[in-house]
Amino acid sequence: MKHSGRFGQFGGYYVPEVLIPALEELEEAFDRFHEDPAFVAELAQLFRHYAGRPSPLYHAKRFSAHVGFQVYLKREDLLHGGAHKINNSLGQGLLAKYMGKTKLIAETGAGQHGLATAMVGALLGMETKIFMGVTDIERQSVNVHKMRLCGAEVVPVEGGTGTLKDAINDALRYWTANVTDTFYLFGSAAGPHPYPTIVKHFQSCIGTEARQQCLEQAGRLPDLVVACVGGGSNAIGMFAGFVDDKNVRLVGVEAGGKGLETGKHAASLSAGKVGILHGAKAYLLQDENGQVLDTESISAGLDYAAVGPEHCYLKDTGRARYVAAVDDDVLDTFELLTRLEGILPALESTHALAYLAGLQGKLPPTTIAVANLSGRGDKDVGIVEKARNQ
Amino acid sequence: MKSYQQTFAELKKQDRAALIPFFVIGDPDFDTSLTLLKTAIDAGADVLELGIPFSDPIADGPTIQKADIRAMRSGMSLARALEFIRQIKGHKDIPIGLLMYYNLIQQYGRERFFQDFHEAGVNSVLVADLSIDDAEEVTGPARAAGLDTVFMVTPNTAPERMQRIASQTTGFIYTVSLLGVTGSRQALSGTVEGLIRQLKGLTSIPVCVGFGVSQPEHARSLAQAGADGVIIGSRLVTMIESHLNAPSAAREEIALFLRQVKAVLSHRPPKRCPSGESATQ
Repeated sequence: MKHSGRFGQFGGYYVPEVLIPALEELEEAFDRFHEDPAFVAELAQLFRHYAGRPSPLYHAKRFSAHVGFQVYLKREDLLHGGAHKINNSLGQGLLAKYMGKTKLIAETGAGQHGLATAMVGALLGMETKIFMGVTDIERQSVNVHKMRLCGAEVVPVEGGTGTLKDAINDALRYWTANVTDTFYLFGSAAGPHPYPTIVKHFQSCIGTEARQQCLEQAGRLPDLVVACVGGGSNAIGMFAGFVDDKNVRLVGVEAGGKGLETGKHAASLSAGKVGILHGAKAYLLQDENGQVLDTESISAGLDYAAVGPEHCYLKDTGRARYVAAVDDDVLDTFELLTRLEGILPALESTHALAYLAGLQGKLPPTTIAVANLSGRGDKDVGIVEKARNQ
Repeated sequence: MKSYQQTFAELKKQDRAALIPFFVIGDPDFDTSLTLLKTAIDAGADVLELGIPFSDPIADGPTIQKADIRAMRSGMSLARALEFIRQIKGHKDIPIGLLMYYNLIQQYGRERFFQDFHEAGVNSVLVADLSIDDAEEVTGPARAAGLDTVFMVTPNTAPERMQRIASQTTGFIYTVSLLGVTGSRQALSGTVEGLIRQLKGLTSIPVCVGFGVSQPEHARSLAQAGADGVIIGSRLVTMIESHLNAPSAAREEIALFLRQVKAVLSHRPPKRCPSGESATQ
């Protein structure tokens, strides 16, 4: 490898020897193509005309009036596929094409990354397999149907709790056996180097656009930038636009599940210890022996025991702060935003909004907060209804 | 404590490859696992390769994953694994290599881990999710504690990496026969013999082959291709899995199978028989 892939002590590439050649090939291809004019032009074209970028920044006035300060929503929910995941899937899919690969695999939790990858697989004419835990297949069945309609094979993963971590395990195992012709299109800003760097690169359009749009609309930079964090791809993309603006506070909101004190959550940064999972050193929810713990969250996309290494670094350096929102508050906020703005937020993204709702009346009215509305909540309507009827 | 060097030197004199069974410590429970390991030793194991169960074993196929789950459910931990290894060594002084995942070592504390497991009788620790690029994270504390080092080479490992791996290895090179995770395969990969030859050409460190080795025939052809050891895991673990309610049946099956393999580990080329079966012993 040319680079260590470290963010402070975090990251790296802790993988079996057999995967090293594939990661080296990927690193080399990314170094070669990500600033190549032809690649950049083709991706820009796809971002604009296929995905629908730039996404709007929307001043949510009724939600702002409710919380007592100014909230701007970065509308990644309006993109093709309904989430920010398409940015990275287009970027890596194009990279796969430039590398001459013909097969894609991906893991998915909520199904948004799986769907984005299935769409890109169809677009580029590549055979696509999506690994998805059986629990997630059940709770996100609409996305499973959509992936299959795009021609992807959805591979059910039974190990563990049948969630994102288990899907990554099986995707890595499959990749190990098919490493010569298959491109692993990793969806989160986690995993072994060079994935955290690649995913951040293709997601950084979120923050770059939001910064420009905020300057245009509000006439200044925001005071606060908020995004939800599971593995952390939408947050790292959003933070990338503001990390050098020292006066902009960055807050990542993790899945607090039933509450941190219950142990039933997925808040790796808030409650984990440094460990190694899926090729990277990062904060990890684990027991005293180092076995990875089961996680719990109402949002499949945040239901993950580890987190991207750069978030760990941002936490330790104090540049970003990480908090958790519990399921009940997330459900309340889902209804709140829907009623006030007519926008159904994905349960994942709702964690960021729940944090802002919790700040009601606590900030001066001129405060500007930009929240990443990373995905739309159509996929979650059944879950919300079920939770409310319990 | 018996070293790899002693064991492989003895085998060299006999002109045969080492029989290296792999088991997950504590599968399906501490006592049964111990009995099965003693059986494997009595059936002729030359070296033991032992797995410590982990929640997310990304280099393992379904067979070993299930064994890990059985062992964890019955309470296997690093502290219990130490006791397990002491009891094995009490049965016979045989070299033991561990095959495990890095997070367990990190949480236990690297230096303390290598000291404690060396004291219990372990000869080497192969970390499945640690490549040669980060080897110094473990080679320092391992050597300080008196352990040998073992690393993996796979069919897609570049020649200059092979050289680096060989130079960092003092125990044996764990040669992965195929691209993929652990698990029984019907046939051996066609590339493995070339891989053994390549490694033998660049190092005098013993070359042992594992992953997908599940038949006496596989072991025979690996030994004849020059492998210094043959590692068999998933096939044995399947025998445990299929006799969970009858450990004595698992014991008999494992003993019979290992004796069959032991009988075909000669490096000498076979004499052809009319049936096509070779008679090497």
